[in-house]
Amino acid sequence: MSIYLNKDSKIIVQGMTGGMGSKHTTLMVEAGSNIVGGVNARKAGTSVELGGKDLPVFGSVEEAMKETGADVSVVFVPPAFTKDACIEAIDAGIGLLVVITEGVPVQDSAEVFAYLDGKSTRMIGPNCPGIITPGESLAGITPHTIAGSGPVGLVSKSGTLTYQMMYELKDFGFSTAIGIGGDPVIGTTHIDALEAFENDPETKAIVMIGEIGGDAEERAAAYIKDNVTKPVVGYVAGFTAPEGKTMGHAGAIVSGSSGTAQAKKEALEAVGVKVGKTPSETAELMREILQSL
Amino acid sequence: MSDLMEYQAKELFAKHGVTTTLGKVVETADEARAAAEELGGVTVIKAQVKAGGRGKAGGVKLAKTADEAFEHASNILGMEIKGLTVNRVLVTPATPPVEEYYFSFLLDRSNRSYLCIASVEGGVEIEEVAKTNPDAVKKISINALTGVDEAKATAIVDEAAFPAELRDQAIKMVQDLWKVFVEEDATLVEVNPLARLEGDKLEALDGKVSLDDNASEVRHPEHEAFEIREEADPLEAKAKDKGLNYVKLDGSVGIIGNGAGLVMSTLDVVAYAGENHGGVTPANFLDIGGGANAQVMADGLDVILNDEQVKSVFVNVFGGITACDEVANGIKGALEILGDAATKPLVVRLDGNNVDEGRRILNELNHPLVTQVDTMDGAADKAAELANA
Repeated sequence: MSIYLNKDSKIIVQGMTGGMGSKHTTLMVEAGSNIVGGVNARKAGTSVELGGKDLPVFGSVEEAMKETGADVSVVFVPPAFTKDACIEAIDAGIGLLVVITEGVPVQDSAEVFAYLDGKSTRMIGPNCPGIITPGESLAGITPHTIAGSGPVGLVSKSGTLTYQMMYELKDFGFSTAIGIGGDPVIGTTHIDALEAFENDPETKAIVMIGEIGGDAEERAAAYIKDNVTKPVVGYVAGFTAPEGKTMGHAGAIVSGSSGTAQAKKEALEAVGVKVGKTPSETAELMREILQSL
Repeated sequence: MSDLMEYQAKELFAKHGVTTTLGKVVETADEARAAAEELGGVTVIKAQVKAGGRGKAGGVKLAKTADEAFEHASNILGMEIKGLTVNRVLVTPATPPVEEYYFSFLLDRSNRSYLCIASVEGGVEIEEVAKTNPDAVKKISINALTGVDEAKATAIVDEAAFPAELRDQAIKMVQDLWKVFVEEDATLVEVNPLARLEGDKLEALDGKVSLDDNASEVRHPEHEAFEIREEADPLEAKAKDKGLNYVKLDGSVGIIGNGAGLVMSTLDVVAYAGENHGGVTPANFLDIGGGANAQVMADGLDVILNDEQVKSVFVNVFGGITACDEVANGIKGALEILGDAATKPLVVRLDGNNVDEGRRILNELNHPLVTQVDTMDGAADKAAELANA
């Protein structure tokens, strides 16, 4: 078991023929993902060989889904076109939409999020590394060689901290690791992932990584208190971030006294979540929990 | 997000039909006098900095004569407000409000949508009103797909209970402010105070706008004109020219890493380590992204080594798609490019894909300035120790 993505997932790539798209499609094929094709209206009817696999290019998401039975789409199109690519995939009824693109205008993300209302699509991202169920499938850019399958569920705003944490706990392994993205408006939240991990029998414990900006961590803490029975360990980045400066991620900004790392840490600790001071200490806390299970 | 100054916000207001008075932006007291003479009558001299509380800091003054305008401008120019130096003042005709209201559109992160906040109880003291009389501050959510049309604007105006004699003006202004918000891709459009002037005229007396940097990059090349180059930190400007994601801080340990989250985490870990080494803190945030090739590494080091406060540099890289051997070669290449310009000790922590090969390359390089430490916490401790030496 896993969340959102497994060995049966059939994946198409929007923007497969571009630089980022072709590079990471190759890596996804190498990771064992069942990539079934790509979408590019201008190259419809052609095919591309990536990672030793001959992949058809379709004119639309709808056509790609009809021809291949795809249920997951990974989006690598440039930020100016990301909104349209998402709407197209949502209209076609894709089950899981993983938006890797960085730099999407936040009003575009807000429109796509509003458009998701009442639809069957789950969106992850934008501005995220995507999702990996080790040993089964990768929909995104997470290096598949870091860690194998195991009992830990991981949800994080940050890509490299996801990799770091997977590396620190590679001897235990992961059910699914999901990077939800560092933008102010994202499709899947910490809470969504916590709920899914709670319901996934293979996940025994959860690592939740947050960072400054917004109140997603505080809301996740409230959710954990009432709904999560599995052990959760947390980490929050950005204690030293100055107010009013965007720290790399568009959403990583302390505004006045809100969105601070300290407030997030306190909210998590108040509901019994142990919060590590550093990534290594966080991994150590999780290690102790896993050894006692 | 980029905050605009008041006069820039008002330029956007005027562009979209919001009633406001632009006035004149000047950089010297003489120009302020000339502007006041030209405008005639009583004027207001307002400090232009990207900070709230300008009035309370003494940065907003009424001038009855042009000489008074000169005097106030002399005092305000060069003044520091919340750490920001005032380099320009706005001279506008004084239009004393009969009543003050508050109005804003903003990105509502929690609900992943937009929010309108309006109150007829209070302009500049809105935060106080929000505490003492929260019911007077109306919060109206806005659907990102349908936005604000005339019907929605009318609903907002009625809910906020604008006086009947201002209703039509308010409905138009709400729609025009919405145009500012969506057409400029703002994350905040605030009018505070929104003033009722004599003769029942509604006017945006002060304004604040924050723009979405992603949107400016994608579809608003004209927003570049709002950037005031000479006020940017010189190191931040240099980093920006090289396409680096850099924020200047005030400590002495230079930081380079890959990925925003990891770099933020690195700053924290260095600050903790600094507690045992004379309280040293990070000098900057610098995310070189996934690539981490020699040129990017050299550009990053070049910016950091030009920071006079920096005593040591911590290079913290997790090898993902770009494996550690490529990163190690990047550091090697960067040191070759920089040559004698590399003068400060470098603590390098590599982990992740191909870590053994990466560490071998740096060991073989045997550069006198480079120390390798295997763990992030250990490397942070070493970098802090070197900065405190």
